[in-house]
Amino acid sequence: MALSITEACVNCWACVDVCPNTAIHESDPVFAIDSDKCTECLAEFPEAQCAAICPIECAIVDELGTPLNPLGSLTGIPVEKLQELLAVATRGQPAST
Amino acid sequence: MDLPVISNTAPASGGGCSSSGCGTAPDALSHLPDHIRAKVQDHPCYSEEAHHYFARMHVAVAPACNIQCNYCNRKYDCANESRPGVVSELLHPDQAIKKVLAVAATIPQMTVLGIAGPGDPLANPERTFETFRQLSEKAPDIKLCVSTNGLNLPKYVDEIAKHNIDHVTITINCLDPEVGAKIYPWIYWENKRIRGVEAAAILIAQQQRGLEMLVERGILVKVNSVMIPGVNDEHLKEVSRAVKAKGAFLHNVMPLIAEAEHGTYYGIMAQRSPSTEELQAIQDECAGDMAMMRHCRQCRADAVGLLGEDRGAEFTLDKLDAMEIDYDSAMARRKEVHDAIIDQLEARRALPAAPAAPATALDSSAPLPAPLPEDSRPVLMAVATAGQGLINQHFGHAREFLVYEASPAGVRFISHRKTELYCVGGDTCGDEGQDGVSADSILDRTIAALAGCEVVLCSKIGFEPWGLLEQAGIQPNGEHAMEAIETAVMAVYRELAEAGKLATPAPDQKRA
Ligand code: SF4
Ligand code: SF4
Ligand code: SF4
Repeated sequence: MALSITEACVNCWACVDVCPNTAIHESDPVFAIDSDKCTECLAEFPEAQCAAICPIECAIVDELGTPLNPLGSLTGIPVEKLQELLAVATRGQPAST
Repeated sequence: MDLPVISNTAPASGGGCSSSGCGTAPDALSHLPDHIRAKVQDHPCYSEEAHHYFARMHVAVAPACNIQCNYCNRKYDCANESRPGVVSELLHPDQAIKKVLAVAATIPQMTVLGIAGPGDPLANPERTFETFRQLSEKAPDIKLCVSTNGLNLPKYVDEIAKHNIDHVTITINCLDPEVGAKIYPWIYWENKRIRGVEAAAILIAQQQRGLEMLVERGILVKVNSVMIPGVNDEHLKEVSRAVKAKGAFLHNVMPLIAEAEHGTYYGIMAQRSPSTEELQAIQDECAGDMAMMRHCRQCRADAVGLLGEDRGAEFTLDKLDAMEIDYDSAMARRKEVHDAIIDQLEARRALPAAPAAPATALDSSAPLPAPLPEDSRPVLMAVATAGQGLINQHFGHAREFLVYEASPAGVRFISHRKTELYCVGGDTCGDEGQDGVSADSILDRTIAALAGCEVVLCSKIGFEPWGLLEQAGIQPNGEHAMEAIETAVMAVYRELAEAGKLATPAPDQKRA
């Protein structure tokens, strides 16, 4: 049972400081969770602490790869809009993703 | 603590001398009680006159944040404290100390070290306080300041007091949780992510409590607000009144900067930014209640140097390793330089407000040789300056202009206006444009940024911009190069008066 961090992570350190099990460390290109140490906070808190503070949608996922903070859940920007921007970005044009 | 009402705004409309700003106040700060003035008068971020002489730096040791603001994208620096879209070089506390000591040895005007991000300093308590602790030990002459969104402030007030940090900036955008819910989508609080009105109510309560606790401990508090048209613009007047009543000594209203390419909520949702006129109107209203900090540059979280300049590139980590520094003699040298500047500032403050005195003091309202007609309308003038209170910058090199208002009551500083609001970080911007932006459209933007000004004073100006400025109804003027700003502004104002141009309303300006 462990969460992991995806390449969406912006290396902001917020999760590192709140993890009760010091399971998160600096790594390249993004922070990483030590799966031996991560308890998904089940024993400690009602919410996984890293996912409760992480500001980036889709940066923290469970073992099935499901994001704990899915697209549109943190910023209030409508999902369609985000997908539009993502599409533009993957076509290689300037966009803010 | 109850502060007197302070204002750097001589009433602009006719009537000449009125309750404040009449020939007695070289700077808004001279109205402050002595113990506060002593603390802020050589602080480049707080004192309008000191910022021409003293340097400050920020170190980016605090990456984490515990809230979300709708004008912030966490890929970039905290937008409460810097311009959006800027990325700072993140340092560990040990690296930060090394950098500060190197800068303070190279730039002896260095007086202030701030921690402002790139996230929220109090969401990174260990990194933030470790930096302060080491610096108080190694360079006790450097003042410390810290800024915060306020959420963790009550928890760390005593720690702040211990580190002898006498300046704290809190960003307070609202008092009403309903308004707050439109600015903050969530906070991280007591191990949970909390959203909406409930989140805003907690954040607001913590900010206000933190403000009170700091004031109780005699720590100076500046309040920043981001003006978001249609969301909190009117509400800011109430914010201003409330924070002043609680003892904040300065209120700084900054414009929202929202661009889609920054990827912020407001940017993507096309929330508009305030115009320079709207911003000034709100600043003027809030100034009725307290001193405003109109010269704030929204620096980067790793800015180095005098306000409005950034010498950060001289002090990157690899360059630091190569520097050899004698810390003790650097501190002695700083003391000499600081004392000399303070003497100079004191001498300026002591200038008698006699009719013969030239209007060299900042924000001066020195009486004039021959009285101007009292009903002469006030005129805004933009000035290109590289510092020292002089008109000493080429129009084409100016990345920002200082805007002054001249009226029969004198000359007062109003604000600074940036010409390249949209560029990413000051150090990458060349004169001939970048990011596909042509120099032409930079000129257009510059002219748009100067809206409302009738004159622009600079040391020199090219032929083409001269013509375009004239077309836009802004008179370029290069005749006062190397003169003191206030003296020159007043001289130009008198010329306008003598030419009979001040009895009539301002000519319509063509928008660029
Ligand atoms: S789920 Fe909990 S234990 Fe696991 S990494 Fe996140 S904060 Fe640490
Ligand atoms: S909080 Fe999120 S974005 Fe920040 S370091 Fe952790 S995973 Fe990355
Ligand atoms: S407090 Fe600063 S870093 Fe945190 S979300 Fe707001 S603007 Fe961004």
